[in-house]
Amino acid sequence: MKSLDDLKKIRDAAQSKVTMRGKNDGMRILVGMATCGISAGARPVMNKFVEMIADYKIEKVTVTPVGCIGECAIEPIVEVLQGEERTTYCRVDEDAVERIVNEHIIGGKVVLDYVIGKYRL
Amino acid sequence: MNELSLHILDVCENSIKADANLIEIIITENIKDNTFKIDIIDNGYGMSELTLLEVSDPFFTTRTTRNVGLGLSLFKMAAEMTGGNMVITSKLNKGTTVTTIFEHNHIDRSPLGDIEDTIIILVLNEKDIDIHYEHIYNSKVYTFDTREVKKVLEGVPFTNYNVISWIKNNIKEGIKTILKEESR
Repeated sequence: MKSLDDLKKIRDAAQSKVTMRGKNDGMRILVGMATCGISAGARPVMNKFVEMIADYKIEKVTVTPVGCIGECAIEPIVEVLQGEERTTYCRVDEDAVERIVNEHIIGGKVVLDYVIGKYRL
Repeated sequence: MNELSLHILDVCENSIKADANLIEIIITENIKDNTFKIDIIDNGYGMSELTLLEVSDPFFTTRTTRNVGLGLSLFKMAAEMTGGNMVITSKLNKGTTVTTIFEHNHIDRSPLGDIEDTIIILVLNEKDIDIHYEHIYNSKVYTFDTREVKKVLEGVPFTNYNVISWIKNNIKEGIKTILKEESR
């Protein structure tokens, strides 16, 4: 089992390369995590985001679970916020997460195939 | 929802909305009595007696975007399908406890599933919530508490991926260990 000593090592490593930042700094990814989202598969979607962002060592991006925005039929819904710009993706699965991270978060180009209302509702 | 841990995540989202800052999740597996019990205890603002009466009705919800709320109803149904039940107790401004009992070896009892994924999502919540997780399998106990982790971390955020994967592994291995020890 991973022991507390391992955790201490992780802490020391993190403290040595201090990149502390404000919580709302940079890009934010919101994943709908109410009953509708969870039953449509929001949990693996959120975990995939967390994993990929860590894998690619992307700085200044936070992933946060949020409630229901009232479009339960097209969950899992993911919102990407950057400054004033808000992109809402719907029916997101793990493949979609890969595209959103690669094309939008890294590439800066919105993944139109999954945008709400534009190509599918 | 095909995993009990998804139901747990769902119920805990209610606790978060109720401004809880501590959520205790206690799983008690008792093979001799053939029971699988889930206690979810929060210190949020609780419910009035009237709300409590209506809460597992699918046509009751506190949200304003629509007038159905399925979270607790689905969880209750999952329990009743196995011959179990759900009991909710609540006190205004004190907190709420949701206790669900399943028949352990019932064919309709869903597996617990990836509870570590559920806990990670709770930990990553924007509000600062402490999670106490306890898994009891017959006489063996595994516990995980974010307050202890915080003490070690000294300000390093939970959003650090190494911390996340440490938590995931710790919970996964911890539960595996108690199951192994007990079956010896």
